Amino acid sequence: MAGVSTSHEMGLHTEPLKGRDIKTMFKLENEGGYAYSFARDVDFNKRAEMDAEGKEAPEINREIRELMDQGNGTIVIRNPGAKHSIVVGILNRMNIIVEGSLGYFGCGLLDGPNVRISGRVGWSFGENMMAGVVIVEKNAGSTFGAAIRGGDLICRGSVGSRTGIDQKGGTIIVGGDTGAFTGFMMQRGRMIICGNAGKNLGDSMYDGTIYVGGEIRDLGVDAVPEELSDSDKAWLARKLSMYELLPENGVDHFTKIVAGKQLWSYDNLEPSEKKLVL
Amino acid sequence: MAGTGYKGVEIDDVDHFLKGGGIDSEREKVIGQHIGYRYDVNLLPDYERITPFLKGYLEFMGWDDLNWLEDVHMGYDDGKAAVFDRNINGWVAIPDEYELPSNQQDRDMIARELLIKFQMSPDHPLVVLNKAYRKY
Repeated sequence: MAGVSTSHEMGLHTEPLKGRDIKTMFKLENEGGYAYSFARDVDFNKRAEMDAEGKEAPEINREIRELMDQGNGTIVIRNPGAKHSIVVGILNRMNIIVEGSLGYFGCGLLDGPNVRISGRVGWSFGENMMAGVVIVEKNAGSTFGAAIRGGDLICRGSVGSRTGIDQKGGTIIVGGDTGAFTGFMMQRGRMIICGNAGKNLGDSMYDGTIYVGGEIRDLGVDAVPEELSDSDKAWLARKLSMYELLPENGVDHFTKIVAGKQLWSYDNLEPSEKKLVL
Repeated sequence: MAGTGYKGVEIDDVDHFLKGGGIDSEREKVIGQHIGYRYDVNLLPDYERITPFLKGYLEFMGWDDLNWLEDVHMGYDDGKAAVFDRNINGWVAIPDEYELPSNQQDRDMIARELLIKFQMSPDHPLVVLNKAYRKY
């Protein structure tokens, strides 16, 4: 930008360097129950069905919320027609059954619900998921589980490339194969690939763990194999059994991939910190 | 965490971060404070140690295991035991009067329980944000 040499001259970064985070103390006298205070009160045994035929995504999402307002804890969606951006932003305990396929950005921003999709799903399915269980019975597109932070996201079939890109927590399970750059920039969480993994697995991962049951085409930058521990095996067997994906020959053959941590730069000072301490 | 290490610093004592503030790495020495997020984030939970409250929570949510809570551990911030709350992007400190168990797995279970109670409380900052920004 002409005439401006640093961001400080633009009036930015003028705050003093002090505390890193919001600091809060638990006050147990104010503790809550099992659900967010703003969550809808639903009953798993109260079931409703809706037909998505001929409806746009906003209308479908609005109807899901109206059914939740009526106390329905189990909602069946028929004829989803592979529409994009539906079943999103639900911060509630719920059971949702989708009879068919979803398009791009399905089941994004979920925090709590248990969802089952009987068909296939498109790109960026389960993006930014916070909690819950989502199961896809067939195949999924690329960037499956992008930036997921928590919960279990399962695809029984195969998925495209960049599965779990920028994963920050939670567990992604793929019953089949996964494409190139799976686990790209992974920061935390666990990923289980029962089949084969494409090229550059775990490229630039900072942390987290990837377990692969099949062949690995090749590893990405700073992704390194590590010995499978007994706790890894116990966790793998338990998790895969939960979703009926445990191989007949068990889990001993899985390869564990972790970050080599050569890309960690926590020990390099930020420019503002250098000014402060040097 | 006990039995683990990072950047060549082996952590053998469960109270390591409480006793010494966890100022181990070169950068921590320079800035004079512990970097709180550098724990073994990959430690898997021991389901033998799950608390009754957490069992009730999993049943309420309809889950067969700890789900997102598998990623929650007890960390240490400024020499105090604390839990990182992703919903406020900050550490929530455990009150001093709270007695900590002697092993990391039990501490992690307590951290999970406290975090749930805090997040579900009407006093949680997310409640205010939800009121202000919820669209539907």
